[in-house]
Amino acid sequence: MTTVNLTMAIVLGGLYSAGFYLLMQRSLMRILLGIVIIGHGANLMLQLAGGPPGRPAMVGEAAPENMADPFPQAMALTAIVITFALTTFLLALAYRSWVLLGHDEVQDDVEDRRIRRMERRLAESEDDTESEATQ
Amino acid sequence: MTERDHRPEPAAEDSDSWTEWDVPAERWLLSGYCRDQRERTVLLELAARIVFPTVIVFSLYLLFAGHDHPGGGFSGGLVAGQAFVLRHLAGGRLDDSSTLSMRPPVLIGVGLTIAVLTGFAPLLFGEVVLESDIYKFTLPVLGQIKLVTNLFLDIGVYLLLLGVVLDLLRTLGSGIEANAAAARREQS
Amino acid sequence: MTLLVALPILLPLAAAGLSLAFGRFADVQRVLGMVVLGVLIVDSAVLLYVADTFGPVVLQVGNWPAPFGITLVADRLAVLLLLVSSVVTFAVLLYSIGQRITDYGRGASSTTFHPIYLVLCAGVSLAYLSGDLFNLFVAFEIMLSSSYVLINRRATATRIRAGMTYTIVSLTSSLLFITVIALVYAATGTVNLADLAQRVAELPDGLQTALGLIVLIVFGVKSAMVPLHFWLPDSYPNAPAPITAVFAGLLTKVGIYAMIRTQTLVFAHNESWRLMLAIALITMIVGALGALAQNDINRMLSFLLVSHIGYMLFGLGVYDTAGLTGVILYVIHHITVQATLFLVSGLITRHTGTVALSRMGGLAKASPLIAVLFALPALSLAGIPPFSGFVAKLALLQAGVEAGTWSAYAVTGGAVLTSLLTLYAMARIWTRVFWGRVRKPEADPDPEDELVVGTGTTARAMVISTGLLVTVSVAIAVAAGPLAEISGRAAADLMRHETYSTVVLGGDP
Repeated sequence: MTTVNLTMAIVLGGLYSAGFYLLMQRSLMRILLGIVIIGHGANLMLQLAGGPPGRPAMVGEAAPENMADPFPQAMALTAIVITFALTTFLLALAYRSWVLLGHDEVQDDVEDRRIRRMERRLAESEDDTESEATQ
Repeated sequence: MTERDHRPEPAAEDSDSWTEWDVPAERWLLSGYCRDQRERTVLLELAARIVFPTVIVFSLYLLFAGHDHPGGGFSGGLVAGQAFVLRHLAGGRLDDSSTLSMRPPVLIGVGLTIAVLTGFAPLLFGEVVLESDIYKFTLPVLGQIKLVTNLFLDIGVYLLLLGVVLDLLRTLGSGIEANAAAARREQS
Repeated sequence: MTLLVALPILLPLAAAGLSLAFGRFADVQRVLGMVVLGVLIVDSAVLLYVADTFGPVVLQVGNWPAPFGITLVADRLAVLLLLVSSVVTFAVLLYSIGQRITDYGRGASSTTFHPIYLVLCAGVSLAYLSGDLFNLFVAFEIMLSSSYVLINRRATATRIRAGMTYTIVSLTSSLLFITVIALVYAATGTVNLADLAQRVAELPDGLQTALGLIVLIVFGVKSAMVPLHFWLPDSYPNAPAPITAVFAGLLTKVGIYAMIRTQTLVFAHNESWRLMLAIALITMIVGALGALAQNDINRMLSFLLVSHIGYMLFGLGVYDTAGLTGVILYVIHHITVQATLFLVSGLITRHTGTVALSRMGGLAKASPLIAVLFALPALSLAGIPPFSGFVAKLALLQAGVEAGTWSAYAVTGGAVLTSLLTLYAMARIWTRVFWGRVRKPEADPDPEDELVVGTGTTARAMVISTGLLVTVSVAIAVAAGPLAEISGRAAADLMRHETYSTVVLGGDP
């Protein structure tokens, strides 16, 4: 079982909490930054899962048992690529939203609001939806 | 008004030949016509011009070195993409000298197809999907060559990545710039 | 033999590449897509026969041995779901071509739809077949990134809003997925599922539970289990019908599949799983009640989708062979039926020009064909006897009663109630849409985009593909006997996973 040193644990905690804080904002740009930061956190964690840093990585530099575990590095590389691609996609989405709406805020669901309104109306007059249904 | 209208008029036929004798045979600035003067940096354009082939060669080195050294199709393709990014930064969307004749989606498609078909190839030799083999042989001039068959997969990945970067430049770079320019024109 | 396992992943990928390369020839793209998905159906049918007769087929990609390389495993469960999924993707592609959402606007054909759709299919196949946790993550990402593109395609303001919610929520759960992979690797030093099955069992109990719960949350978000379901009814209804159909049919089920696989193989439980039973009950009830409040037909179906995810969680919560048999039957039934219902909703919208139930009416008279196509899957979803839903629900309820604990009884009761509520919701759609005064179709709100609505007609390819899925759903009911037997064998495999580990790790149990 691999364990992490304290500094790295604190760094990880910082990255995750900052990321999740940003994720809860309204602006898509901030959410995007949040996702990037959590992504860095997750990839750092993958790296650390392979054992302590500082061991040689290239073939031939040391005996196989003294070398860094290549597996988490391969996984981290793949994960970094995926996060990178999706970040680009979100950026494009933010731009598109900015072009269409003039801002990049994540909005509430319109239909939810309509249903809530309907409910309020229903409370006001019982037969309102009845007449709507038979119209 | 098309973007080509920005091109300077070709030199008049009857210009004195002595003014031309020290004109460089090649264009050193990227596209030979100007974008907005304020956005232009000659230094960057010149640097891009010099660095571009070097970066492409380096990306090819990475592609071939990839088997047991740092590199591979992925990083090679990204580096080659960076060369085009540099051109884009220098020349902007008006730099049409960097456009390939192939459209980026086609490049992506060809790369993906090559990569996947390479995966199937070992089946022809009775081996497992995506298995790779190493051949060593000697060529007259080049000396001993070590050919790893997943090089072809790497070539596919290289093309795919290059296509992706070019497509990003086309849509998120030039596309957005063109939209902004259109919006400015509408306002004025 | 092992080629059969690689084909469902590599073939769509190669086809996607070719499809992009031939982007200018719309007909080539169409034929290529249909042929490849057709081959996939045949391939998975053969694979099902092989896996059922001779046991799991394992492909060690590139001949790298098991715990180190990429392993693809085709066991009964994976192949069964692969077969159903490929039938659905085939039908939905036909429908999309018929509805012309593959195009870009009314005039031009789009180069991107087919390649992305094929990549989605490859991702789904990889998710079913992958034999390690990290590959499962990659499969999810392949699948989800193509789904982001599909849901945000031709982005209008509403679609962007919906797509944003979907993208952000899925991305967050993917990041959690990476995190849990890192944790699992740090704890055990492997990500191969068969290897994990042995190594995780040696970990301290608390750590096992913690890892199991994070994995549960990751797949819970992807499969929309309450309380992690909120993104689904918000985003799915805004995509065009066939896209919603394939998302509703496949993406959530892949989440369920991953949940079943990890919770039986890696984080095995010894007895019925109380937490899961409770979640199942809440999911069923919340989803069904949510559906009744809706006026938008697609949102209603989306809430019903959430509610019926509860049934699958129920079987997993019972956690015995009978329960898992029920889950497998239910997943098979639900993939086809839910996809069909969304396709029919697309037909209805095309005919009436609206998604609001309160503005439709008299469709039974105007188009009896749509009425028939809706009635069969609707009754099946509610679990009325001769249809596939009945078989699956019966298996689940039986498992719940046989489990014999009070929590299982409670959830069984909840399942019956949800069934009634589903029937009520379906009856509501039926009375609003098909009965009543015949109304004139509403005008197309966006005459520019590729989605033609409010024509008062149907398109032949759309009807044929919907009919194909309805037939499959009926066939599932007819073939219930053999299907239940295979599902039973698949469930038995899940409960004693030594076979899986032995086959994957190469005779070293």
